[in-house]
Amino acid sequence: MLKDRLSDPFSPSLHSPPRKSGAPGQPLSRSSHGLDQFFSSLQDQESLSILDFSGASQANISFITNMGHRIYSNDVVRAMEEAFGSGGDFVENQTDPQRAAAFLRESLDFPEGSFDGALVWDTLQFLAPPLLQDTVDQLCRILRPQASLLAFFHAEEKAQSAPLYTYRIVESKIMSLTPRNQVRPVQYFNNRSLEKLFQKYNSVKFFLTRDHLREVIVRR
Amino acid sequence: MWNKRKEEEYSPKPAQAPIPASSQTKETAPMSSNPTPSHAPTSESRGPANIGKAVMIKGQIFSREDLTIDGEIDGSVELHEHRLTVGPNGKLQAGVKAREVVVLGTIHGNVEASDKIDIRKDAKLVGDIKTARIVIEDGAYFKGSIDIARPEVSKPAAAPAQPKAASAAPAAHSSSATPATAAAADSSR
Repeated sequence: MLKDRLSDPFSPSLHSPPRKSGAPGQPLSRSSHGLDQFFSSLQDQESLSILDFSGASQANISFITNMGHRIYSNDVVRAMEEAFGSGGDFVENQTDPQRAAAFLRESLDFPEGSFDGALVWDTLQFLAPPLLQDTVDQLCRILRPQASLLAFFHAEEKAQSAPLYTYRIVESKIMSLTPRNQVRPVQYFNNRSLEKLFQKYNSVKFFLTRDHLREVIVRR
Repeated sequence: MWNKRKEEEYSPKPAQAPIPASSQTKETAPMSSNPTPSHAPTSESRGPANIGKAVMIKGQIFSREDLTIDGEIDGSVELHEHRLTVGPNGKLQAGVKAREVVVLGTIHGNVEASDKIDIRKDAKLVGDIKTARIVIEDGAYFKGSIDIARPEVSKPAAAPAQPKAASAAPAAHSSSATPATAAAADSSR
């Protein structure tokens, strides 16, 4: 299981300083330029379809539907756990073609151009390279042209593990993060590697935060 | 002979849908696992209808009263003006239409709740939702799209003396269903 890969669950040393750190499992609140940009790109439009990878939450559903949009909720971390968590190593399991296909089918089996925006949060950084690229390409396929995608990547190069959060939208530029567990990132991403990862997209914009989080807005 | 009490309990739906009343529900077990006397009182005094956890039904269910399902249903469930509660043991592989839907168990299928859907902790819903209001407790699992249908404001009687607009109005009205929404609804499976 993904949980089995916990090195030191919710280790305080891995929590970034600017966060108002509460007890483990307690939500943290932070502002996000990436989130702000994402919602700015949706302004003055209605009835858009937004894909949310954080799973069902009242906060996200209310926020997005109150904007007049439709939300598609999917807990991709759970889909990862189901596809790769049992038997063997979580990362090695991602190279198993059958498991990878099952994950893609479960998470991204939509017709071309189904969505006007995607909130993938920090899920991509836990995918191993071949599957990661497939996932990013599938996202490109199911997004409409000019659609925005918001993703987070931990920018601490030497981190042995990174916190995995559940993301809840509080306001257009404020989100609440509830720690789920600590997971070893599969690889370190810098701006160059992210540009390469999203090369099929139209544009990539980065926001590096003080708490070692790289916020990325990608335009299809 | 016509039995009044039976008529009250099993009164068929008014002729609103072309569904043969007799053929829709196939039971593999009694409708309720709760022991009830054979001369049961009318629905007003016995509380909401209940499909117990030992019951499995394949087919279509129509109800004109609130219904609690704690068993397994494979088919469809319609309670247009009433509340459906899927109990913790309830497993629906079914499309659902009701005024209000409360989920504590599992639904695989699309849900249309004209008023509200309430997905409780530990519930599981895989399917698309169309509703006016939604409540999801933390811990619930949901996979699918949510389309909030704002309640339609009942139109005042149509302005009688506007022959010019008359031809354009119906077209404008019918196109108000957003194509993007409709497309995404189809696409989400």
